[in-house]
Amino acid sequence: MSAAPNPVVHATRARVAASLVRRHRNEQIFHGLGLGAIVLSLLALASLITDVVGKGYSAFTQTHIALIVTLDPAVIDPDGTRDPAALLRADFQTPVRDALRARFPDVTSNAERRQLYALISPSAPYILAAQVADDPSLLGRTLELDLLAGDEVDTLVKGSISRDVPEDQRRITDRQIGWVDALTAAGEVSTPFNWAFFTGGDSRDPESAGILGAAVGSALTLAVALVLSFPLAVAAAVYLEEFAPDNRWTYVIEVNINNLAAVPSIIFGLLGLAVFLNFFGLPRSAPLVGGLVLALMTLPVIIIAARGAIAAVPPSIREAAMGIGSSPVQVVFHHVVPLALPGILTGTIIGMARALGETAPLLMIGMVAFIVDVPHSVTDAATVLPVQIFLWADSSERAFVERTAAATLVLLAFLLIMNATAVYLRRRFEVRY
Amino acid sequence: MRNMTVIDRSRSGQTADVPGGSEPSVAPAASSKEHKFQARKVAVYYGTKRALNHIDLDIGKGEVTALIGPSGCGKSTFIRCLNRMNDPIANCRVEGQILLDGMDVNAREVDPVELRARVGMVFQKPNPFPKSIWENVAYGPRIHGLSSTKVELDEIVTLSLQRAALWDEVKDRLQESGTSLSGGQQQRLCIARALAVDPEVILMDEPCSALDPIATAKIEELIDELSGNYTIVIVTHSMQQAARVSDMTAFFHLGDLVETGPTDNIFTTPRDERTEGYITGRFG
Ligand SMILES: Nc1ncnc2c1ncn2[C@@H]1O[C@H](COP(=O)(O)OP(=O)(O)OP(=O)(O)O)[C@@H](O)[C@H]1O
Ligand SMILES: [Mg+2]
Repeated sequence: MSAAPNPVVHATRARVAASLVRRHRNEQIFHGLGLGAIVLSLLALASLITDVVGKGYSAFTQTHIALIVTLDPAVIDPDGTRDPAALLRADFQTPVRDALRARFPDVTSNAERRQLYALISPSAPYILAAQVADDPSLLGRTLELDLLAGDEVDTLVKGSISRDVPEDQRRITDRQIGWVDALTAAGEVSTPFNWAFFTGGDSRDPESAGILGAAVGSALTLAVALVLSFPLAVAAAVYLEEFAPDNRWTYVIEVNINNLAAVPSIIFGLLGLAVFLNFFGLPRSAPLVGGLVLALMTLPVIIIAARGAIAAVPPSIREAAMGIGSSPVQVVFHHVVPLALPGILTGTIIGMARALGETAPLLMIGMVAFIVDVPHSVTDAATVLPVQIFLWADSSERAFVERTAAATLVLLAFLLIMNATAVYLRRRFEVRY
Repeated sequence: MRNMTVIDRSRSGQTADVPGGSEPSVAPAASSKEHKFQARKVAVYYGTKRALNHIDLDIGKGEVTALIGPSGCGKSTFIRCLNRMNDPIANCRVEGQILLDGMDVNAREVDPVELRARVGMVFQKPNPFPKSIWENVAYGPRIHGLSSTKVELDEIVTLSLQRAALWDEVKDRLQESGTSLSGGQQQRLCIARALAVDPEVILMDEPCSALDPIATAKIEELIDELSGNYTIVIVTHSMQQAARVSDMTAFFHLGDLVETGPTDNIFTTPRDERTEGYITGRFG
């Protein structure tokens, strides 16, 4: 009250003022650093995305060349069976080549012919075969068809090949460029949206290579990994947090789980190779095995996140539940786990996102193979998105560059969908307490 | 009493063998010598540190017993022994005997889950579940199988909320979260939650420490109403509250039970000078 000011801190106000200056300065520095970090990471993200989009967007259209094709039954279906299975294997190359020669009748030499044929993708006859097998009434008719162009033509039309480069340094000849220009001038070149990219599997020909096989492979692999790792990890985390006795064994297990989370992923691939393939004899390249390996890899990540989330549930909730006679299992499953669920889901999504981007362990179990068919079950041979990106990035054809970028975009879209799901689920299960 | 009948009917179907179950015929027993709890030589250790020394305390059936004493003297520790809430604390060890209607609560064959259904607890800090008000109250009866239909459950919820003097304030918002209530309302919700499983004993650890005088008065009124039908043990730091609501008072000090007796005696003629010092406010 009216006591004399404390002699030790008589300059209280001045000292507080002095310390405030320092504290405010620190605060400003911290603000600046934080803002800088965010701007930097946003810039990195933006440049990554612009780069990938810039390289990849052209893969979403595909060059087609309109030709008048005569589907002569005498060539295609000499036996006249009209059997779709036989039609799929029939000779559609001849009508396509005939159509090309008819379009450019002045081409005579063999070498020139070969160049001419390369305008159209080697896959085009197969696509045509599938069309005709679907609708055999097309046989015998003469149609104007948009045929898939070869990859070099596609690249040229999209402007990715410079005409200034000397002829011997590019894969497309001056003669071919002349034909393409003639076709373009005649309005016979079109670049429609590339649906085939989203509906087809891999191919040796970049122009007909699609992402669906890898996307389905990724989805199947992740589904297996999620179904295996989520319940196991939650059970392990619940046991360790809520039931395990506090002894040396528990401690050893905890330390090892933390260590497992840091084990390089390729080691898990080796384990999968040794155990699942060589010992249990599971099929190679299968999403089942990929999922098993990724589940092992993801387990410790989810366990650690789930334990954190469970430990963060306030003890008062446990006491409340126990106090009215919940059994320990009821305490955990009626109260603790529901409250921890948002955190557990976040951990799961982080683990799954990491698994989605994983390549190395899958190489070990053969998921790096060239697989054309879209997998239908977890035991079909398959590849996954990052491996597909790796394979395409490794290919020499110029046209694979845009597909690599486009596949990266698909992978990013996958990630976005997963994160959006996580955010939605978090919102759904979040409770205030 | 109509309230009791409904809950009791469902209960007797469940645990007919509970000794001394809460038959509605049991008369208010304020002066009865019957003991609900008998603590004998109870000692509690946290690790090597002893928190309670050889406590001998009888708690009368249908009575309100107040536990008072300075902070850290072991009141909470003792009250938590009565329904074995100390069990989950890793380094906590309880010695001695605690009899509930003559049955040792720490005996091997006693299921703590059943014990806690008979001995309910209200905590110092209101801790409603982050669920709806209805769900908060209905949860206990449901896990104990006290009602077979939603209608019955609704009835239990309504009655429990009415008895906890909360019904009028929440009857239009039963689906709102229990955590959206005010502190005092939350505490009454916790009391309703404890009442809903129709326990024989209600332990209250400083139930009014977070409440304003009006909410406190409501809870004291409630304790008054419940006494007789229920055995109540309440920890409190308020001498006035102990004097107002309790029949018996036990004074703890540094882990010892210093003095126990009828509340009037303790407050008018304490035998021990530590008791006198505490209730007159000279220390603690
Ligand atoms: N979980 C625990 N671990 C270790 N020591 C504890 C634990 N809980 C309580 N104690 C100790 O036991 C003693 C008694 O604590 P208790 O909580 O029973 O006191 P109290 O009488 O309820 O005090 P208050 O009136 O402040 O609530 C204290 O010394 C306290 O430090
Ligand atoms: Mg206490």
